[in-house]
Amino acid sequence: MRATGQPSPRRTQPLTANLSATPLEWSVARVDTAPGRVSLALAGRLLLHAAPEAIARMRGLVDGTVERLQFDLSQLRTLDAASAALLLDLRDELRERFREVEVTGAAGRVESILDLVASSPPGVEARDAHRIPPVLEQVGRETANIAGSAMEVLEFVGRTFVAVGAAARDARLVPWRSVLSLMERTGADALPIVALITFLVGLVSAFQGAITLHRYGADIFVADGIAIGVTREFGPLMVAIVAAGRSGAAFAAELGTMRVSEEVDALRTIGLDPFPYLVLPRVLALTAMVPILTLIGDTVAIAGGATVGVFGLDLTFTSYLAETQLRLTFWNIATGLIKSFAFGMAIALIGCKFGLATRGGAEGVGRATTSAVVTMLFALVIIDAAFTVVFYAWNI
Amino acid sequence: MPGTSDPHLKVSGVALGFDGVVLLENIDFQVERGEIFAILGGSGSGKTTLLRHMIGLDEPMRGEILVDGAPPQLGSRAPDCGVLFQSGALFGSMTLGENVALPLATWTNLPRHAIDAVVRSKLRLVGLGGFENHMPAELSGGMKKRAGIARALALEPELVYLDEPSAGLDPITSAELDELLLTLNRGLGTTLVLVTHELASIFAIASRCIMLDRDAKGPIALGKPADLRDHSKDPRVVAFFNRKPAVYEAVA
Repeated sequence: MRATGQPSPRRTQPLTANLSATPLEWSVARVDTAPGRVSLALAGRLLLHAAPEAIARMRGLVDGTVERLQFDLSQLRTLDAASAALLLDLRDELRERFREVEVTGAAGRVESILDLVASSPPGVEARDAHRIPPVLEQVGRETANIAGSAMEVLEFVGRTFVAVGAAARDARLVPWRSVLSLMERTGADALPIVALITFLVGLVSAFQGAITLHRYGADIFVADGIAIGVTREFGPLMVAIVAAGRSGAAFAAELGTMRVSEEVDALRTIGLDPFPYLVLPRVLALTAMVPILTLIGDTVAIAGGATVGVFGLDLTFTSYLAETQLRLTFWNIATGLIKSFAFGMAIALIGCKFGLATRGGAEGVGRATTSAVVTMLFALVIIDAAFTVVFYAWNI
Repeated sequence: MPGTSDPHLKVSGVALGFDGVVLLENIDFQVERGEIFAILGGSGSGKTTLLRHMIGLDEPMRGEILVDGAPPQLGSRAPDCGVLFQSGALFGSMTLGENVALPLATWTNLPRHAIDAVVRSKLRLVGLGGFENHMPAELSGGMKKRAGIARALALEPELVYLDEPSAGLDPITSAELDELLLTLNRGLGTTLVLVTHELASIFAIASRCIMLDRDAKGPIALGKPADLRDHSKDPRVVAFFNRKPAVYEAVA
């Protein structure tokens, strides 16, 4: 009985071409040396891609008549570590069926590879892999974590206010130079994108309102709607969303990078508290800049509304502006600014909090930034709703 | 099939750099089959850059790099070389077993159970038997490197490149890793090319080495480590092998 390894057509695909370059490489023959004694003589080159087929062939060559089996490798020229491992696995498997199973005749490189694979150099003692907890346990843990992280946020806010208090007594505690550069980065540099977005929001809302109002001949009320809607809601919210995406994400990424590269720890060993040094400038800068950007955004959005009024409806610029001035009260603008003040502070605090809590290398920075932005957007909606309720109750 | 007398790796007249700026030039050396060859040099001397070119991650500006007579090629066919990156570069979202199985699943038609058997034996071979289901994040630095070696060996390469295998390891772990490399080299006959600046490693395992220098923009020495240490007249080579700042002598 003689079996020869021919690579199946599948193996001539380009992906595996160079792993099966030689068409005829291994062969195995069964030799019955005495009753019950069988020798499987391997010859040629036994390499990774052909090994499973060869092993299956060898398994097929032995039957119930065998008592003592030997794998004769004296004609085997080449063997790689993977094939050696599979061959030794087969030997161990057959040892359960037959009285005696041996591998013989290995020499040179074949022998050294077999010895190495069989012996396995000393290594690390195996231990249990990390257990993935069941779903219910995960849900429970996460819920408990929310309570814990709420406390952390509270502590973070508290420490920031302590830093603000200390800075109020001694202005030299604040690194003003970095406050100024942060104001430029989060304020002036954000102006083009804020202007573009608020202009388009003003334009689109005016356009949508105009479709309905024009039917009632109430074109002029577009100005009323835009004036109030923009100053109270859209202006602060759109500016805050831009600030969260631009500045808040940057805060989390910057502080996260500092955290994982041990710069934050280095600051502390020098005796610098990261709160006044890193967190405070960011909170001050963003809390100052978001209301200013909102004021500019409000103006641009009203200009967007006026564009629709003048070019889409039969209003003059003067009449649109006059109507806007008539409707716009101090409190419309003030409530928007109060909101945007809170938005700016929340974005900066959340960005810094997630940044400083970063763990686990470069991957951790990405994770921290993503969760920071998601949390910011969530916080914006909550704060907005809370203020709307409060302002309504106070009738302002 | 190239004859066994041909050099396994041949680097001739290679110049490399980026954006038209030459970092290293006139690099010429050969690595014989079954050898452990070390690339030495101080920080910033271009050791890792040279390694990246030999692997085929970057193209040399001039000259030729031949592995078994052919330039390195990545992606179009199964790789002929294994690579151990400095950090191990294990895929963090996969278990160790999946890390080692990935090249096998990509480039062979082995059935699942055969891949599993090969993966188990590879991890046993590097001393990580029983760690198939661990995530890379659960491992120490030395274990990550061992797992990286197991992955590099997955496709039975005849040549394995290693980037600073002892970087970031304590001396004992580092010596254990050297021992493993020597065992694999002797047992499997695998040619090893490693980048290092660990003197202990160089003398323990390297049969020959090349030394690069940033200011010379190229190799300044080539030969057996002990010969370079004992006979080189080049002050830069002498300084590298006898690193002993003057202050030590003052203390002694």
